[in-house]
Amino acid sequence: MTPLAKLLEAALFASERPIPTAELAALDPESSPAAVAMAIDELREHYDVEGHGVELVDVGGGWQILTRPEFTEAIERAQLQSRPQRLSGAALETLAIIAYRQPIGRVEIEEIRGVNIGSTLKMLLERGLIEITGRAEGLGRPLLYGTTTAFLEHFALRHLEELPHADELAIALRAEPKSV
Amino acid sequence: MTSVLLPESERTAFVVELDHFSGPLDLLLTLIREEQVEITDIPIARIVEQFLTRIHGLGLGAAAEYLEMAARLLRIKAQMLLPRRPDEEGWEDPRAELVRRLLEYQQMREVVDLLERLGEERRNRFARGWQAPAPEATVESPLALSLPELLGAVDRVLRVVRDPDMHDVVPRGLDIDAAIAAVRALLALRSSAFWSDIVRQDAEPWHILSTLLALLELARRGEVRLSQSGPFAQVEIARDAASEAA
Repeated sequence: MTPLAKLLEAALFASERPIPTAELAALDPESSPAAVAMAIDELREHYDVEGHGVELVDVGGGWQILTRPEFTEAIERAQLQSRPQRLSGAALETLAIIAYRQPIGRVEIEEIRGVNIGSTLKMLLERGLIEITGRAEGLGRPLLYGTTTAFLEHFALRHLEELPHADELAIALRAEPKSV
Repeated sequence: MTSVLLPESERTAFVVELDHFSGPLDLLLTLIREEQVEITDIPIARIVEQFLTRIHGLGLGAAAEYLEMAARLLRIKAQMLLPRRPDEEGWEDPRAELVRRLLEYQQMREVVDLLERLGEERRNRFARGWQAPAPEATVESPLALSLPELLGAVDRVLRVVRDPDMHDVVPRGLDIDAAIAAVRALLALRSSAFWSDIVRQDAEPWHILSTLLALLELARRGEVRLSQSGPFAQVEIARDAASEAA
């Protein structure tokens, strides 16, 4: 490995959070952004090709060294770490709507899901996956919700644009029904 | 037509199978998929029957959201039955609004599938530097235990005791003062100790109970502090720094 790749590896190992490419570049002012990008690739290939128990992943706006999925159960069994609780179907539905329609109020979400979502919203707020982004105009000035960085990290998304665009989905949102 | 209202005897057996459906639209989409019909051309009469049968079967009949949808479906069915001239202007398919909502819901489910997959992939990878969430400060909070939990804990403590030999019971009073003296003596030597340091594995019940009451008494007087790093963790008995300073 090149010295730069080793430096990045050391920094990623030491960090508790994902490190964005810009921050990695700042580690060595002598190196050009292109050289840093190459060093990131080098490190990622190093883990992949030589077969390591960890890999370099781009998550939630940065790079992070993560364990490979095949070792998760063994690690959990040994109680070294445990996986966070899975989100319920209700929570995922609510998140999906907020991700696409933010900022969006509770009533609009309930209209799409067809159910009351009071407790789901509370749970998502508590887990930091969504936040209150403001208030809508109009009657009662209802609260508006949006997704957070924790949401991106939870789904290992770099940014919201990584989700498929509405028109890439099989059915376009708000599609006009065929006239009968 | 199937009645939505359940007979009196069944109404109490309210079991919502939340794992199956996340709402009336989900159930409706499932039925449409099972019946292999087009969302845009729903055979409303058939779907209404199916819907009512299913919410009846699942015990969902009492859930307002499902009932609301059932009522909506019945209204659409009624509107479909109304006679109309073929050349009638401005006639809108009564199903249009429902179709729009179903399509929207179906699209959202696609995103849910994606999020579920991404979440599961991320969930199966651990990062370095992860720290267990700091244990709640149990010491400061008031004891929040139900009576069964408390009795369960007492039971666990007593179960450590070896099976006693059967013999005549000789009443033996608890000796709390002696236990207090023992705990004080131990804490004079070291700043903290565990329950297992104070009570031997083979201790007799009167000794265990005396020590327990002694600890509670000392804690009440503010001489010791009892803490636990987590639920069911070892109880740590420490000299109370505050009272020491006083």
